Amino acid sequence: METLELTQEEQFQARIDADERIEPKDWMPEAYRKTLIRQISQHAHSELVGMLPEGNWITRAPSLKRKAILLAKVQDEAGHGLYLYSAAETLGASRDQMLADLHSGKAKYSSIFNYPTLSWADIGCVGWLVDGAAILNQVPLCRTSYGPYARAMVRVCKEESFHQRQGFEIMQTLCEGAPEQKAMAQEAFNRWWWPTLMMFGPKDAESPNTERSMQWRIKRFTNDELRQKFVDMMVPQAEFLGLTVPDKDLHWNEDKKAYDFGEVDWDEFWQVVKGNGLCNHDRLQARVQAHEDGAWVREAALAHAKKRAEKAIS
Amino acid sequence: MTQSEWPLWEVFIRSKQGLDHKHVGSLHAADAAMAMQNARDVYTRRLEGVSIWVVESRHIHASNPNDAAAFFDPAADKVYRHPTFFEVPDSIKHM
Repeated sequence: METLELTQEEQFQARIDADERIEPKDWMPEAYRKTLIRQISQHAHSELVGMLPEGNWITRAPSLKRKAILLAKVQDEAGHGLYLYSAAETLGASRDQMLADLHSGKAKYSSIFNYPTLSWADIGCVGWLVDGAAILNQVPLCRTSYGPYARAMVRVCKEESFHQRQGFEIMQTLCEGAPEQKAMAQEAFNRWWWPTLMMFGPKDAESPNTERSMQWRIKRFTNDELRQKFVDMMVPQAEFLGLTVPDKDLHWNEDKKAYDFGEVDWDEFWQVVKGNGLCNHDRLQARVQAHEDGAWVREAALAHAKKRAEKAIS
Repeated sequence: MTQSEWPLWEVFIRSKQGLDHKHVGSLHAADAAMAMQNARDVYTRRLEGVSIWVVESRHIHASNPNDAAAFFDPAADKVYRHPTFFEVPDSIKHM
């Protein structure tokens, strides 16, 4: 009888195909490790930078209730960033290096946060649309093949639905309010709709990493599949709010039981990815400044801990 | 980077009295007191716990996954450790 010798890589793929989870100390192809570090750290960076456009409205929230809720939401985003950084660290990435890559512009974060939050309705749109899109991306990641990433995503998803609901409630309140409030909601919706569709990434045909990520079960749905799902989910919600989707090509397709919709402006998408969005510069600058301003705190805490440890010995 | 990172800590949380502590993730902190506070803020914002343990990650020793087959092998051929190994006559109750 002939025995089949599987290479390490084939054994690894067999475990993935059997839907086994991969844990930090298990053997894994170098490319799998690299892909995960890139994806998880980008995801963590997005949570961190995502605090900036919303933090912009904490001091200007229209009521104490809204302010307390927004504060809790922004704190959650910091928490999500930390869950994810710690998942990336199990792959051997260092926190300092990941932050340095973010600050130097080498690492990317979600382009959606390079758009400004101009009115209070933008905070509604960020929760309802942006977090709604994030949830669609994130729910399948709860079953991603790398254990620590999947576990972090379970915690993130539990918290994320509060974010989306608070955003929807802001929009609902505005849409049921004065004509000026309704107009404010529509104006913000017009600006956020298309950038939110871009959050799912380039078209499948132009997403070279998708196939391998699907094979490794890091990803479970393609960009276009998720984008379609999002449109089908959100159009009825916009209708409920009485908002008009800013897409003249949008219509229900009875044959495919889904919406047909217009083409995303891919030129704008790539411009923002390349750093030429409205807020790329501000976001990065704010992040770097926060990090530099906090340097003395990090140093002092280390010095204090060292002093205490030395005292405990003597 | 001019200075080193704060050490890494592993966080374990007891979700309610009567259950054991379970690993939930890790974080960076300068010392144990800070690790405890950070663990509270990062991992229990929605009352997920009534008790927290933090352990510096460098103190954790883990078994090697490459040796798992041989390491856990001694338990593999002792099916008699399980009650289902034994056949009990149908007429015997309460066993």
